[in-house]
Amino acid sequence: MTLSMNTPEFLVERNLDRCIKCQVCVGQCANEVHKYDKETDSLSCEDLACVGCHRCVTLCPTHALTIKKFPLEFRTNANWTPSTINAIYKQAESGGILLTGMGNDKPYPIYWDHLLLNASQVTNPSIDPLREPMEVKTYLGRKPDKLDFSDGELLTEIAPQVELELPIMFSAMSFGSISLNAVKSLAAAAKEVGTMFNTGEGGLHQDLYSYGDNAIVQVASGRFGVHSQYLEAGTAIEIKIGQGAKPGIGGHLPGEKVGREVSETRMIPEGSDALSPAPHHDIYSIEDLRQLIYSLKEATRYKKPVAVKIAAVHNVAAIASGIARAGADIITIDGFRGGTGATPLRTRDNVGIPIELALAAVDSRLRNESIRHQVSLVVAGSLRNSADVMKAIALGADAVYIASSALLALGCHMCQKCYTGKCNWGIATQDPNLVKRLNPEIGAQRAANLLRAWKHEIKEMLGGMGINAIESLRGNRLMLRGVGLSDRDLEILGVKAAGE
Amino acid sequence: MKKIYAQEKYCIGCRLCEVYCSAVHSEYPNDLVKAFNRSKIVPTPRVKVEEDRPLSFAMQCRHCDEPHCLKACITGAMYRDEESGAILNDAERCVGCWTCIVACPYGGIFRDESKSKVVAKCDYCLDQGDPACVKNCPNGALKIEEGGE
Repeated sequence: MTLSMNTPEFLVERNLDRCIKCQVCVGQCANEVHKYDKETDSLSCEDLACVGCHRCVTLCPTHALTIKKFPLEFRTNANWTPSTINAIYKQAESGGILLTGMGNDKPYPIYWDHLLLNASQVTNPSIDPLREPMEVKTYLGRKPDKLDFSDGELLTEIAPQVELELPIMFSAMSFGSISLNAVKSLAAAAKEVGTMFNTGEGGLHQDLYSYGDNAIVQVASGRFGVHSQYLEAGTAIEIKIGQGAKPGIGGHLPGEKVGREVSETRMIPEGSDALSPAPHHDIYSIEDLRQLIYSLKEATRYKKPVAVKIAAVHNVAAIASGIARAGADIITIDGFRGGTGATPLRTRDNVGIPIELALAAVDSRLRNESIRHQVSLVVAGSLRNSADVMKAIALGADAVYIASSALLALGCHMCQKCYTGKCNWGIATQDPNLVKRLNPEIGAQRAANLLRAWKHEIKEMLGGMGINAIESLRGNRLMLRGVGLSDRDLEILGVKAAGE
Repeated sequence: MKKIYAQEKYCIGCRLCEVYCSAVHSEYPNDLVKAFNRSKIVPTPRVKVEEDRPLSFAMQCRHCDEPHCLKACITGAMYRDEESGAILNDAERCVGCWTCIVACPYGGIFRDESKSKVVAKCDYCLDQGDPACVKNCPNGALKIEEGGE
């Protein structure tokens, strides 16, 4: 054992005037930060183990705990920041890839915060959503080239659609990466509010087949948990090519998280690592993708829309065009801020492009090629609030996926330690002691409340614009203005500058 | 009558039920810090978290329809409150023989360390609305509802 150069990230402070030595903190910290010494009847902290998840702070009944950034200063250096230096210490010690969880936390521009929405004044009336009907229902799937009627009857056959009561769905998170109670919470919330959750590459646990009408079932490179009953159970099928948090690489669920239920659901041996390859080994071209899309359509007798999910990367518009032509009904694009349960730090923080630019580029490209109606566009990768959702729809999205926001609703505190399996909030863990901390009845209520709250806000903002249906906002970039953006940014976004 | 039900699958073993139970039965029912740091002796909680991880649940008096403790009590201190149906202990009559503790099949009666002779048992926080353990369970693992035995 040699000297470790790791220093604490957080400082745990205990107000001894308030502490009642109930030891709730001791029992609640899976990282074993808090210790009780019987001999001295006192509590102590191991700051080095603290991840800043606030579980102890939230449960301390007398609010005796405070977590602060550890006050350890290096000599100021704009190039060699503390996180850069500490990363080197860690790698010199481990010799391994740096892992992290959740999404890119680096200060890249957030384009949502440079886009502003319009409102009606004098020349067009705004609408009060409390007094007048406001439509936010959304249908995802291929739309016909034209509609034929005869005697008022619709003759055109409409391709299968996913019906959503609001244009927000819960993004793909597998059972394995998150706990069964977390999946149950999202599934029940989706059912209550009338939207979808996505199984991720984790299969559909037998307890969740009753939520099939609210499920989008995923087929990814490892094909975990994929069988005909699974494909039949969902409302739509999503082929996952990549995800925003780790474009170009696969997944790895460590064997210790593969307990009996994960093993049964994924159809892999208990305790074995679940390795999703970086590519689908049967997809090396758009033509190969078309084969899988049609295999899945054939397997479900053309009754379910098939989506293809890709990470937002440099050539996203051309790739999306290829996906549309390959026969996908929905294209999901995941931006570089998208979260995950585990990803190499350098990939998370340096690979991919912002979802705002990718969305605008894809929507423009598909419109220019006159194939926009053939696919619905769903975007993901850090939609933080209802205003982000509005801006995404105005830029051209049909609907959005949220995952980090949904997990925050369940109690996530963004400590980015999902990959350790020690999530103190019972979300990103398979430890039965921790999983039971998330009561799915409470979780479902909180996640459903979030969607309801955003739905109210969306209606308010639509009303303010004088619009009474979300369809009228979709791709309506005139409802957006950019602030603090370069001409090139504005050109790609297809948005005018504020004041224009 | 209403009873407290433990949902063991959601009990996280934090023991906040015990903390709040002690506090509401102390001299400072509305101040946790004072209840623990100023009381001469902190009252024994009348609820106990039983655990064999990952299993855990909060156990308190079941207020049985046919209570063994009531039959076993040698002084008639244990009685049923007519209005609420709760099984209560009359401190004046209790002599601290703890026959009730032995008789209770659930382990729902405890020796009160803060007093010399009286047993500590759940009184449903009758003067406080819902019981403190139920109100303060952070994960909804304790419910009070109408039910049978």
